[in-house]
This record gives sequence, C-alpha cells and structure tokens, in this order.
Amino acid sequence: MKKILPLIAFSAMISMPVAANKLVVYTYDSFASDWGPGPKIKKAFEAQCKCELEFVSLDDGVSILNRLRLEGKHSKADVLLGLDNNLMAEAKKSGLLVEHNVDTSKVILKGGWSDKMFVPFDYGYFAFVYNKEKLPNPPKSLKELVENKDNIKIIYQDPRTSTPGQGFMLWIKSVYGEQASSAWKQIAKKTVTVTKGWSEAYNMFLKGEADMVLSYTTSPAYHIIAENKHQYVAADFSEGHYAQVEVAVKVKSSVQQKLADQFMDFILSPEFQSVIATGNWMYPVTDVVLPKEFEQLTMPNKSLSFTAQEVADNRRAWIREWQNALVE
Amino acid sequence: MLAAMSALLVHSPEVSLSSLWRDPYYRHITAFSFYQALLSTLLSVGLAIPIAHALSRRYFFGKALLLKLFATTLVLPVLVGVFGLISIYGNSGLIAQLLNHFDYPLPFSIYGLNGILLAHVFFNLPFATRLLLQSLQRIPAEQHKLAAHLGIFHWHKFKLLEWPSLRQQLPNVAGLVFILCFTSFATVMALGGGPKSTTIELAIYQAIKFEFDLQSGALLALWQMFLCAGLAMFIQRFSRPVPLMNSVSRQTFILFSDNRFARCWDRFWIGAVILLVLPPLLMVIISGVNAQLLSMIFDSTFWKALGNSLFIAVCAACIALLAGIFILISSRFWRLRGLNFRADKLELVASIILVTPGIVISTGLFLLLRESSDVFSFAWLVVIAVNALMALPYVLKTLAQPMLHMAQQYDQLCASLGIFSWYRFKFIEWRAIRQPIVHAFAISFVLSVGDLSAIALFGSQDFTTLPLYLLQLLGSYQMQSAAVIALFLLILSVGTFALIEKLTLKKPA
Repeated sequence: MKKILPLIAFSAMISMPVAANKLVVYTYDSFASDWGPGPKIKKAFEAQCKCELEFVSLDDGVSILNRLRLEGKHSKADVLLGLDNNLMAEAKKSGLLVEHNVDTSKVILKGGWSDKMFVPFDYGYFAFVYNKEKLPNPPKSLKELVENKDNIKIIYQDPRTSTPGQGFMLWIKSVYGEQASSAWKQIAKKTVTVTKGWSEAYNMFLKGEADMVLSYTTSPAYHIIAENKHQYVAADFSEGHYAQVEVAVKVKSSVQQKLADQFMDFILSPEFQSVIATGNWMYPVTDVVLPKEFEQLTMPNKSLSFTAQEVADNRRAWIREWQNALVE
Repeated sequence: MLAAMSALLVHSPEVSLSSLWRDPYYRHITAFSFYQALLSTLLSVGLAIPIAHALSRRYFFGKALLLKLFATTLVLPVLVGVFGLISIYGNSGLIAQLLNHFDYPLPFSIYGLNGILLAHVFFNLPFATRLLLQSLQRIPAEQHKLAAHLGIFHWHKFKLLEWPSLRQQLPNVAGLVFILCFTSFATVMALGGGPKSTTIELAIYQAIKFEFDLQSGALLALWQMFLCAGLAMFIQRFSRPVPLMNSVSRQTFILFSDNRFARCWDRFWIGAVILLVLPPLLMVIISGVNAQLLSMIFDSTFWKALGNSLFIAVCAACIALLAGIFILISSRFWRLRGLNFRADKLELVASIILVTPGIVISTGLFLLLRESSDVFSFAWLVVIAVNALMALPYVLKTLAQPMLHMAQQYDQLCASLGIFSWYRFKFIEWRAIRQPIVHAFAISFVLSVGDLSAIALFGSQDFTTLPLYLLQLLGSYQMQSAAVIALFLLILSVGTFALIEKLTLKKPA
C-alpha cells in the first residue's frame, strides 16, 4: 500500500488542470466538431475572456448528463451545453447543477423563458429527413410512416443516450399515448438500426443506409447553404412536430464559477446566437437575422410538447416500454 | 477483486433476483444471451467436427500455416475480426458490392443475431477445430492399422474409432466455447442492433453508461457472475480436463482407404473453413493500406491511442506475470510439501477470474472508486488492473506445469548451493523456462491490447486505446480510417505474438 500511495498522488497530480484559466464545457460531438459551431464559438469567447475554452465531446445530449452523474461531485465539467427542455427536470434532480444569473428577457421563444437554472441556446423541431430524388412519395403523417409504408427504412437514435432519440420517443408518446407499444413494434420492422447519437445516424443516412433519418426540420438548410444541394427535405407530418429547446447549465462543483457565468451570458449574445443557424443548423433563441434560405424550410403547423416534469416522471417507464416493445 | 464484488453487493438493491425475473426486458436479454451462445456453440463445435476430421486425414501444402492461423484467431483483437467481417459481409462490403453489379440487394444484414453468430463462429470454430484435431491425433497409429485390417472404413471407422476419442474432448470444448460466447462483449457491442440483440454483458454496460442506473448495473453484474459460475460448475462436472498440447503432433498415418467421395468431402470442409477464416483477415490487410494511411500517421489521436494501448498492455502484462509467478511460487511450495489441497484452492481463486467477465470487475471497481474520487482521472490505473486480472488465469495455465517441474528438479540443489530469491530466478528459472514465461507475457500483452470491456466503461475523449478508437470510427462510418487502425492492431497483436515465439524458439536454453 505504501508503494501505491505515491503512485496515486502522482496520477492525481498529472490529472490536475494545467491552465488556471480554463473553462471545460461538456457538449455533444456535432457541436464541438470542426464543421459544427464549436470552433467559432471557442474563438469568439476566448477573445473576450482571456481564458481557454475546452469542449469535451460526448455521443449526444443525454450522454452529457449521464457522464456528469457518473463523475458525480468530482467532475471536471464547468458547464454542460446540449441538454434539452425535456431533460431539465431530471437533470435538476441530480443536485449537481447550480442556478444562473443571466437576464433571459431577450429570449424570443413562445412564452418567454423563466427557468432559473437553464439557459436556452437554440431550438428546433424534430422531423424525418429524406432525399426526395430517392423517395418521391414520403409519408404525410407520423401515423402513415408508422402504420403503412412498409418498404421505408428508417434510422433513429437511442432515447437513452440521445436527445433526438428521446424526442422521438416523446413524439410517439404524444401521438399514440397508450398505443405507443404497438407503434414501436411497427416501427421496429422498418428500423435499420438505433444509433447512440445524432451524427452517427445522420452519417449512415447520407451513406444511403436508410430512406429517412430522425433529425430536425432545419437540417435541410445545411445541404442548401453549405452544399447547394436541394434534394434533402424534412417530411411535414400532419399531427405536428415535437419541439426541442436546447439548454446550457452550470455545474455546482466547478471552481470556475466566474468564467462559467461569463460563458452563460455569452450564450445569449449576438456573437453566439448568430453562429447557431449556420453552425448547429437550428433556430437561434434571440432576435438575430436568419439566412434567407431558412424561409424554404417546412414550418410545423403544430408544435407538440410535454412539460419537463411529465417527462421526468415517466421517462424511465416510457424507455422500458420502448425496450420491451422491441424485444417481444 | 473482492472489493469489486462487495461494491456490487452494496449497490444492488435488496429485492434483487425476483424483480430481475419479473422484468420482461431482463428476461429477454438473459434468454438471448443463452440462445446466441447455444447457437454459436452448436455451429462452431458442430462444424468443427467434420473439419477436424478432414484435417486429420489430409496433408497438403500450407496445412501447418493454416493451423497457425487458427491459433491466431483466439488472440486476435475482437474488433479487428469484426472489422474484417463487416468489410466482407457488411452493407457496403465485398459481397454487397458484388451483388450490386447484378442489381441485387444484399439478402441479409450483418447487424443483429446473424452478425453475432457469424463473428462467434469466426472466432471459435478454428479454436474448436484445433482442440478436436489434437484429440484425433492422439489416436495411436496402431489403432488405425487395426481398423484397416478389420476392414473398418469411412463411417464405421468414424463411429467406432474416431468418435469415442472426440466425445471425450467434446464437452470440454463445447463448454469453453459456450462460456466465451456467453460473455462476449465487443462482438455484441459492435454488431448487436439495438435492444433486440443485447446480452447481459452489454446490458450491464448500457445500464451504467446509457441510463445511469447503477443499481441495475450492479444487479445485472451479479446475475451474470452467478450464471457464469453456475455454467462453469456444470461444465466441470461433465468434463475431465484433458491436457492441451502446445503443438500439434506430427504423427502421420497412411490413409488406407480413399475414394472420390471422401476426397471431395474433405476438400469441401477444408475449403469452407479457409473461406471463412482467411478473407476477413486478408481484407483487414488490404483495406488497411489506403489513402488514409498517411493522414492517420499524422493524427495525434491515433498516436495517443497507440501510446495508451502499449502502456496499458505492457503494465498489465507485467503485473499479471509477476502476480502469476508469485502465486505459483507459493502454490508449488505447498504442493511439494504435500499440501495439494491448499495449492489447488489458491490456483482456483486466481482462475475464478476466467469466469468473471471483465465488465463485472470493471463495474465493481467503478462503483467503488466513484465514492471517493473522480473515476475518470484514475481510469488508466483501473484499466491496467482489470486487464492484468483478466490475463492472470492464462499466465497461471501456461506457467503452472513448468514452474512445478522446476521446483521438483532444482529445489534441493538450490537449497544446498544457497541460491535464493532473485538469484534463483535469474540463474535457474529464467534459463530453463524462459520460453513459457515469455509466452505467458505475450498472451497477457495481446489480450490487453485487444481488450474493450474495461476501457469501454472508463474511456473518454482524453483517454482512448486503439480498440476504443476503432469502435468510435466504425460508429461514425469512417471506414478508411478504421481500416488503418484495424491493420495496426492486427500487426501489433499477431506480430508481437509471432515475433516473441520466434525469438524464444531460436535460443533454446
């Protein structure tokens, strides 16, 4: 044991943060990747804070929360970026987060924003994206996709790890209610695979492994603006689309509370918000100018949602319902 | 190890097994674990019988090489094999491309049960074949001659002469393959498609990492251990361990009766097994040399992963070897003094790890360390420890016999000459049994290099190893980069093994 102690001390030493002024932000991989908004935001924030901003990328939104809960009070994270409105109540329950001091009156979301712990950074609507050259007759509603269209192959994300996956689960639940289990069984017949995160699923779709992929109504904007391709479109479903607000939150155990506060303020600044539309391919939450291509996107006729509390109360049961429907 | 178990026990809620049994999901994954292991075993062992039979009768160019190749599939990092299989049977693999030429869609998907079975057969069929071949070759030549005198050929010969010999070994082989498939982690992780094809092993990982459900994780880990221990006991009862020979004996016998059908039959089986084993390995090599090779060489993540892998594997192998040698020194001390029972106990404790899946140990350690610190900053210590523990049984198996012989031969001589401790090891043991020692080290090293079950739980962006990096690349469909990593892993594991074997064989002590 005597010999192990110095070893442990040594390992603790090398794992200590080197830079005194470093903010560690846990986020999902597509946000931090080279083609995501991460690099631009890092540059802009570092210019004003004279510090280092480090993104730690995880598979997807729910993984961020799971990672924090696994690390518990000894986490290296200062800020979590990429949870969503559906996860808020569950995240609060962990007791590892702390309230923000941001003025959220600038937020243009319907009904404003009053949560004291989470700050929204973008929003969007889940949708199935398809290639209209390959799929000329897409389903017109969620029910049509689930119940007819047997030849369509889809990919979606795991609700246990991914916020889109969780969103799809809530979408199904809000349309099917008690019948969700049998809907999942019908979906299973069309499913190519269930991925851990959004990027994995979207990449597979682009490689032609499926006809439709669960993503956002705003995803086609990427193909229009960045690639000048117009064949990718989001299917408009008549039941309405499930809405998602992505949020950021401070970690209680962080030693960089001041920097974290600065970052939370920065989230609602024009510098951050203007990168969202063409970086994260979502709608910004403050009033910044949108690229004109966004006008071509389908706007859902109805937006569906559960309250965060409803989700927190039922999440586990609904996940079990999904699992059980798939295995029977 | 004990600490890990107790942490598991503390974390699992009281109403354990009954609630486990009542939950349809857990019932499904338990059933699925058994089902896939059973099918894999039946396929691997069932097909191994005609193949071993054919191999025992035929001599052809490259047979020795083929058998060497069979031996490598067991030390091959699982993900490398899986990568090879995907690049042949996958949705954009060789077969799919070929069928695409004729506008034919791929009639099967490698994800799900199909893929899991295919991969398990790929890994275990050669292994089972080798073991069965050994028992066939142990049939004395006189018996073959006698059979020929009595006019017993073909089917009758198989039934009367070869089958009884195979039957002795069968329960043992089948049991081993079953346990290997039952606890398989990396294969199911890479090829299992969603909750439908999930094993208990994978469910433990998912409960912790996906759902932050530590209680279910702990409970499932205990359940898995319970089942494995039960299986091991069951197998022990029905099979007497037959000593394995390291090399295949070269005893030849003349095939007295031969006909066209028998020749075709044997050729078919040998051809089939070559077709199963060779193409995936070749694909790893071929697709590894691609445009990404250069860019990977400049990829810092790759070097970091390689560095971590090497560091972990070397440390784990050293620890496993040291611990193994110390355990054997005490157990042989007892054995020479007639305390066989005590020695058996000690070696048994160390071998329990073989039936304790790596993920169970990692889970326990994870829960234990989580209480006191940030688990992820201790990650590499834990991964080394888990890998060392998992390699320990193999070290014991390789070294137990030689070490005991050494003691029997030299104990009194050493005592009379006053050669002790380090000097004794240096001048006596190392000279005589260098080869098994290095062999044990190589096995531990290769197992740790290819391991995924410990790193899967503890790995992160800052801490990856080659197998984890490969899994991530496979997940994000970066096939070319993945191919490069797979090639490196293949070279690292099989290359190390071959090199070490060669070096030690050249200089016989």
